[in-house]
Amino acid sequence: MTNKTKYKTAPLKCWAKAKELRLKYYDDYAKAHERGGLRWAGGAWTFSAIPSGLGEDVWSLTSEPYAASIAANKPFSMRCLEAAEKASYARDLCSYMRNYWGSVILNEYVFGGPFPKPDFIWQDHICCSHAKWYQVVSDLEGGIPQFCIDVAVGPYQAVAPHKIDYLVGQMHDGIEWLEKTTGRKYDDELLIEGVKNEFRSTSTWAEICAYNKNVPAPLDEKSMYSLYVLATLNKHDRSTADFYDELRDEVKERVENGIAAIPNERCRLMSDTQPPWGFLSIFRYMEKFGALSVGSLYTFGLIGIWEDKPDGSWGPRTTPMQQGVEIRDRDQALRLYTDWTLSKPEWQHFYSPHIKTEMMARIAKEWHLDGILLHYNRGCEGLSVGIAENRLGLIEAGYPVMAFEGNMGDEREFDEARVRDRFDAFMETLGVKKD
Amino acid sequence: MASQTVLDQETFQTFRNWRLQRAQYARQWKERTGGKIVGYFCTYAPEELMYAAGILPVRILGSHEVQDVTEPHIFAMFCPFCRDCLAQGLKGRFDYLDGIMIAQSCLHIRQAYTSWEKHIPIDYSYYLPMPHKVQSSRAIPFLTKELEVFQESLEKWLGKRINDRNIDEAVEVYNRNRELMWKVFELRKGDSPPLTGEEAMELVLSSQMVDKQEHNAALEALLTRLAKRELPRPTGTRLMVLGSENDDLEFIRMVESCGATFVIDDHCTGTRYFWNNVEVDGNRLSSIADRYVKRVPCPSKDWPERTRVAHVLELAQAYNVQGAIVMQQKFCDPHELDIPALTKALNAAGVKTLFLEFDVTVPIGQFKVRVEAFLEMLQEDDLF
Repeated sequence: MTNKTKYKTAPLKCWAKAKELRLKYYDDYAKAHERGGLRWAGGAWTFSAIPSGLGEDVWSLTSEPYAASIAANKPFSMRCLEAAEKASYARDLCSYMRNYWGSVILNEYVFGGPFPKPDFIWQDHICCSHAKWYQVVSDLEGGIPQFCIDVAVGPYQAVAPHKIDYLVGQMHDGIEWLEKTTGRKYDDELLIEGVKNEFRSTSTWAEICAYNKNVPAPLDEKSMYSLYVLATLNKHDRSTADFYDELRDEVKERVENGIAAIPNERCRLMSDTQPPWGFLSIFRYMEKFGALSVGSLYTFGLIGIWEDKPDGSWGPRTTPMQQGVEIRDRDQALRLYTDWTLSKPEWQHFYSPHIKTEMMARIAKEWHLDGILLHYNRGCEGLSVGIAENRLGLIEAGYPVMAFEGNMGDEREFDEARVRDRFDAFMETLGVKKD
Repeated sequence: MASQTVLDQETFQTFRNWRLQRAQYARQWKERTGGKIVGYFCTYAPEELMYAAGILPVRILGSHEVQDVTEPHIFAMFCPFCRDCLAQGLKGRFDYLDGIMIAQSCLHIRQAYTSWEKHIPIDYSYYLPMPHKVQSSRAIPFLTKELEVFQESLEKWLGKRINDRNIDEAVEVYNRNRELMWKVFELRKGDSPPLTGEEAMELVLSSQMVDKQEHNAALEALLTRLAKRELPRPTGTRLMVLGSENDDLEFIRMVESCGATFVIDDHCTGTRYFWNNVEVDGNRLSSIADRYVKRVPCPSKDWPERTRVAHVLELAQAYNVQGAIVMQQKFCDPHELDIPALTKALNAAGVKTLFLEFDVTVPIGQFKVRVEAFLEMLQEDDLF
């Protein structure tokens, strides 16, 4: 890894648009009531296309990205965490939850103004904290109607009709509940449109990530966080699907023209789990070594939907529309939606860390990696589950691994200087020196 | 730690021996019956189905000893209980198991299962996707189908069919065990319960380790003895214990040595394990599914409504509880998420609470100071 090649590099042309879409999302949610619309809250993984059937004036606040936005604002985050602790919620709980609850307790929206109370909660549940998160939100807000879909039916490799039926049944119940709760009539055409948008956005995101197999990589993971986030906010929305088409075209063009994310790429890495959001500067520190995180199972598979390609590689899953499937009614839309979402890579490790290790080793091979950084994330039990087994499995597969402890949303549990020291040592073992 | 009471040891000796000599019991059971033993990790495991197949289902529990073998396998932010369970496997203390299984519950304990499956040679392993949304009408049909798949898997492993009669007999044995346990626990409602909380916990723990038919016979004999038994000390303050998995008998013994008696609990090593029966109605697997979906829930499955709060308050009232010790295994998120609401509800109902956080080993001395202060506070309430 002594390659001294200097690659061409250039800022992303669509960067400003990504930022604009994100801020518009939070603004739309806050102003929903002024426009006579509805507000709902739920996780980034929830089946967000379903509430879109209530009308075009329905806006959401997805919990994890909102909490990550708080975490990036360290003074506000600290006030939120302390408010949650003062309200007797334990410090070792999910730090996203605690940031979010703190924002509710303080009645402060991180984007300005009071916290905009949702009209209803629409959540899914695979992590122990998902549904429970909103039980507490409902307690804190004095009662908010909540519907939550259990998706924990086992890994996609063992998907079976009765598992699909379980989810689809809950979705049908959920739609009835939405009508009753909001007093609105449900529009299946809007649902179908939302589902199609989501197929498109999540497949296209996978396609974008696949372009990072190229050496040099056209994108760095720190920048990818600002891009994938749109699908954690609004994956069912046309604006997200259209933006990803635009981004995909630009990334393709970067690959064709040899435009790199960083000019000195010579050590390709991947990370794992959410980063410590208040300390993204560690990625810039890594670049001093020419070390680039080209992504992670987290960045690729939290939202991206993938499949095995005929040549044996991992690539974007073919959408039902690409297969020529015409979606005609609610039940069909929900069945396709369920099957699609159950294949989400970041859901598989909830059943076995060994499935995750296989996926990570596959990424390491196909994305030509030199090493792996595992963030033992004290802030998220859901994505840290099985991480120690991932470490063992990846070492066994022949990849150098650096593990470090931290917390995605609680700065008190991340020691930046120590992580930098550890990274220095890791680079030394890989024979990589600073520029 | 000196006990302030002198209990007859004999009454509960059988149950205590089963717990203390569980490995010896298991080996002898295998020798005697030629059957297989499956270790399970959570009480959502449908034991009836395994028992119907001639299997002895036994619960995998920890040993409360400091250990250093699980660090490479489970990140230290997960609960000490799951690490303690895995440690037992890694140390070879469950080498008599032919298989392991888990019915999906919290993220923590499933890591003990997945690491065990990977690193400890075992003939059979099974992950049952027990639904989380037990409050949905969709859960029972889903679990029924999952039980069919589990049954097929067991049949394939064992090379034999599990017929309706096998299932009926297993359900009968398990229901009988639950009914007998209720009868014993009912006695704890009285002004002078004839058994301590520690003894009650011995009953439940041993029931998770031995053949229920034998346990039933021992319970029947016990009930006869309990009818005439009196504790050789006053009941003292009537306490409830609730929270995460708890098999810490030393802690229970310490509290009861301070002038109190645990009269009821809400634990998966207590009432939650046996509270609900299988109501046989038509489809056998559906009846079993119905039991596991409708049982008193673990907090990981208690949503969107917190049904457990009402259940705990009912127990507190029915057993005339004066105070509650709310304990949690360190890092146990599902319980941590319920504790503020549960504590608030108990306090509002006039039941004062003491929160304690448990690890694999507990600081008995420090806890004793806190427990004594708590009991003193409750006893002062009696004065005024």
